[in-house]
Amino acid sequence: MKMFLHLEARGEPSRLWIWAAPLMAVFLTLAVGSALFAALGKDPLQALNGFFIMPVSTLYGATELLVKAAPLALIAVGLAVGFRGGVWNIGAEGQLTLGAITGGGLALALGAVDSPLVLPAVLLAGVLGGMAWAAIPALLRTRFHANEILTSLMLTYVAQLLLGWLVHGPWRDPHGFNFPETAPFSPHAILPVLLEGTRLHLGIPLAGVVILAVWALLARGFIGFQIKVMGLAPRAGAYAGFRQNRLVWFSLLLSGGLAGLAGFSEAAGPIGQLQPALSPGYGFTAIIVAFLGRLHPVGIVLAALFMALTYLGGETVQLFMGLPLAVTGVFQGLILFFLLACDVLILYRVRVGRRPAPGVS
Amino acid sequence: MEPTLASSLAEAGAAATALIGAMARAATPLALAATGELVTEKAGVLNLGVEGMMLMGAVSAFAVTVATGSPVLGLGAAIGAGMLMGLVFAGLTLSLRTNQVATGLALTLFGVGLSAFVGRDFVGTPLTALPGLSIPGLSDLPVLGPLLFGHDPLVYLSVALIALVSWFLGRTRGGLIVRAVGENHDAAHSLGHDVLLVRYGAVLFGGALCGLAGAYLSLVYTPMWVENMTAGRGWIALALVVFATWKPWRVLLGAWLFGGVTILQLHAQGLGVQIPSQFLSMLPYLATILVLVLISRDAMRVRLSAPACLGKAFHPEH
Amino acid sequence: MDQSRPAPAPGPHRLALEGIVKRFAGAVLANDHIDLALRPGEIHALLGENGAGKSTLVKIIYGVLHADEGRVLWEGQPVTISSPARARALGIGMVFQHFSLFESLTVTENVQLALDGRQGENLAQAIDEVAGRYGLALDPKQRICDLSVGERQRVEIVRCLLQNPRLLIMDEPTSVLTPSEVESLFVTLRRLAGEGVSILYISHKLDEIRALCHRATILRAGRVVGACDPATTSTRDLARLMIGEDPGALERRDPPVWPHAAGDEAPRLELERLSMDAESPFAPPLTDVSLKVRSGEIVGIAGVAGNGQGTLLAALSGEHRAPRPEAVRVDGVAVGHLGPAARRDLGLAVVPEERLGRGAVPELSLAENALLSSYRSGALVRRGLIDRTRAHGLARTIIERFGVRAGGSRAAAGSLSGGNLQKFIIGRELLQKPRLLIASQPTWGVDAGAAAAIHRALLELRNQGGALLIISQDLDELFAIADRIAVLCAGRLSATRPVHEVSLEQVGLMMGGLFDDVPTPAPEARS
Repeated sequence: MKMFLHLEARGEPSRLWIWAAPLMAVFLTLAVGSALFAALGKDPLQALNGFFIMPVSTLYGATELLVKAAPLALIAVGLAVGFRGGVWNIGAEGQLTLGAITGGGLALALGAVDSPLVLPAVLLAGVLGGMAWAAIPALLRTRFHANEILTSLMLTYVAQLLLGWLVHGPWRDPHGFNFPETAPFSPHAILPVLLEGTRLHLGIPLAGVVILAVWALLARGFIGFQIKVMGLAPRAGAYAGFRQNRLVWFSLLLSGGLAGLAGFSEAAGPIGQLQPALSPGYGFTAIIVAFLGRLHPVGIVLAALFMALTYLGGETVQLFMGLPLAVTGVFQGLILFFLLACDVLILYRVRVGRRPAPGVS
Repeated sequence: MEPTLASSLAEAGAAATALIGAMARAATPLALAATGELVTEKAGVLNLGVEGMMLMGAVSAFAVTVATGSPVLGLGAAIGAGMLMGLVFAGLTLSLRTNQVATGLALTLFGVGLSAFVGRDFVGTPLTALPGLSIPGLSDLPVLGPLLFGHDPLVYLSVALIALVSWFLGRTRGGLIVRAVGENHDAAHSLGHDVLLVRYGAVLFGGALCGLAGAYLSLVYTPMWVENMTAGRGWIALALVVFATWKPWRVLLGAWLFGGVTILQLHAQGLGVQIPSQFLSMLPYLATILVLVLISRDAMRVRLSAPACLGKAFHPEH
Repeated sequence: MDQSRPAPAPGPHRLALEGIVKRFAGAVLANDHIDLALRPGEIHALLGENGAGKSTLVKIIYGVLHADEGRVLWEGQPVTISSPARARALGIGMVFQHFSLFESLTVTENVQLALDGRQGENLAQAIDEVAGRYGLALDPKQRICDLSVGERQRVEIVRCLLQNPRLLIMDEPTSVLTPSEVESLFVTLRRLAGEGVSILYISHKLDEIRALCHRATILRAGRVVGACDPATTSTRDLARLMIGEDPGALERRDPPVWPHAAGDEAPRLELERLSMDAESPFAPPLTDVSLKVRSGEIVGIAGVAGNGQGTLLAALSGEHRAPRPEAVRVDGVAVGHLGPAARRDLGLAVVPEERLGRGAVPELSLAENALLSSYRSGALVRRGLIDRTRAHGLARTIIERFGVRAGGSRAAAGSLSGGNLQKFIIGRELLQKPRLLIASQPTWGVDAGAAAAIHRALLELRNQGGALLIISQDLDELFAIADRIAVLCAGRLSATRPVHEVSLEQVGLMMGGLFDDVPTPAPEARS
């Protein structure tokens, strides 16, 4: 097959495209998005305005952006640690759910206990829940070589069914008019709102601090170096004497714990109780965020803000223009495709046309 | 009223027939998708987008069947949608050499979003299920008739496809080339085989079968469209390929085992077993984990049977 | 010797290359206006060091790569060889240096893949027939992964011969063979040439070329620097053409430094009946390997690739744990159960065979690669945090001390040439002041200058009282630097012999597994 597109390796990775590729991916997504809106009979400019500008043109909108970006960034930073090391935890949604269950369970059990320790305790319970759920794929991979992609994903379904059972059954609020949800958490187990009139809660600065800590760990910590080596060249890691199993455990526990924290923060922040649908797929979107942010904490924060915008934008265009909410999912998928495609430019020059004819001058 | 022996036998026969039929229906989408992925992986490509391709197949089949009234056109649309998704994946991973794991995840996420978007107007639309096959004479045989000949055509198609794939991979020159490309793409290239062409073909075939598997869900298994209706079956199909150690007939065995687990869960609920439905619904997922653990425990065996180039990018100029 | 090399038939050239140019990204000229011509029945050597452009040129002839400029003439006609399939259609067959075989497929299937559509049972028959005619014994039903390296090469050759080639390209065919296997390969090649097949024989082994070839074309840095009749040209002249300068012999070594002449000191390294499974399903297990390495000596382990070298190195470095701790001792301490980090703490340093992806991470900077094995020393890591200043300092020290040509400590390891990266890795290990150094193929694929520098550094460590174990397939290297030598074959290790008491022929026999046929030398004499 004569190749229509011919890739030519650059000697060195292109510094320009490392940063330009995500921007180009965003641009291409907007272009295809406009075409999609036009195809649906909407004015693309108006729709794009509705999708990307309107949602954040008010203070409330801007804070909502942070409310949605915080869990995405928190989970994505944890996932990125593993992705760097070739540990593919894609069950963050399940770990998020478990974190909400354990944190929420403790919050419900503590009831009206009034102590400043309640909030740290329930947050910790959330982290431990996420870690426990991620420990299962870690154990299965290190002990039985079972692929963590499949096991962590299967456990997501199990976690969601578990939450479903709890809120339909034993934990259902007796005074809740038979809705499948728990009683509201006591005020001591709730992340306090920081800005009156918005949903900006304590979980957001908390997420910021955690992300900074992980950044330091990745940039300066020896464990970050070990994970990087393990991902790039596992045999070099073994030669250096890094213990692969320990790194697998570390990355899964870290990402699980952060997902658990994000999950409980969702329950104890904007929602205030447990419901069957806690997250609009944050655990999956965070995978996109991690790649879009180049597995780097700074990039991840920017990518999380952008992805949060697609959630808000989807809601806005649904409300004002009657466009389906599912547009969000399409946008999220598109941008990841375009990013992966644009990343080719970092390592290769793309030549269009046939290869030079061989053997003849 | 005293039940006669004959009537109890007939009842038992009918129950068994119903059970086998239900198993077949639960197994068929898994068998189709896993067979497609098996061929893709045999050529050395790991496509984690099975779930996304199935969803696109499901929604396309449903939409076209509702619009045209023809399930055959619906199946065709599903195959086309699956192949288109496969083409996107192949273009990215094979021509642009993107990471196969990341691209596969992206394909699934994209498929979830796009199928929800395309299918938004079809939620709640009713559809009559595809009728079962009826072979005059054979289907009317007592017990055996409905047991062997009373299923819908796609059940037979899935078995036939597995036979075909098994024959193709094991007995034909084309199959030998597919295996060679998956085993050592550099050697295959240096012998003059077109690695990219073979892989494009394998990915498209995988896409077609995943689309078909999705169509089975929305046209036969539960004739309706619901967002995310595959509910992880694409991932279970991926696990089945590992379980089958890349051998086609074992895919069928695995799919039917899983069909059995699914049916067990449905019937346990029907029989009034005092276990919350959510726990029963967990069974297929837990079974998948169990099966993966059992098969992966012997790392050497998996390594020996897995295509050696699985998931690796091919750089023709080196 | 000349009697066995009948002159090639006169007439038009079978293959002629005119002005072939191939550029790779980064403007390196891999082939710079190369001319080459072969007659029918001629065995033509293409001689050159690693990186001289030999492999690029034959890949162009075989259609794997495409030339940027130049002309290819086949039987006098200009042709375009767009793909290997086209090359085969013309009558060009190639046996690759790294075999292009499919491990999990059978011999028949491997052969079938190279033929265009020929099918069925006749194929197994055809394989038997060709194999019989040229003395290449094979079982068509066996899977490749169960074959020895020599047998694999036979599969490659049979695969080519079934296509009735008129030109056979052999890329470094003897690098993986024992001396006796080399002899039988030459018999096959001479018979083929006698039948009129042209053979393009790529090698850097001068003796082989002088014994086998009618003509030689010598490449250096992508250019043709000479052509000659190798039989009438001295080895020294060939070497000068190939390397471009007089290949001054390695300065004579001092006699072994054995400070423990009394023999009561524990050996630095002791293997005691080490048996273990290979890490890959395609390699033989180690069986009852025993060995001692003392300070102040270099022990060389010879052997053909794939005879357990990888497993042995992993067992020594700690990447693969031994079943019994006592099977591996360092300075008398049982370490078989310890990992690489703990063994490093006992003064062990390791240079693995693969530079990229094992000895170094190509994508990471030299500073990070310095950290890779040195993180336990020099306060590079404190309280879990990396001291970047020190890591860069270490990388700069290695670069200066060992003459590594690199763009500073920030340069990616993958941007260095093979020789420079190898100098960096060996420098990194030597700076840890190891009491025991284990190196596999220390100069494989390295240019002559770097190889000499590496040998000097290894000898210096020995002269300072270090113990060294060198695993190498290059017998010349081992005879040049080792004090004692042993041979690994099918996972078994022969007894060690002082290098000056064994001949190349004896080592060759042992590489074929004939440990007992080699007369036992006089008891180790230490004067």
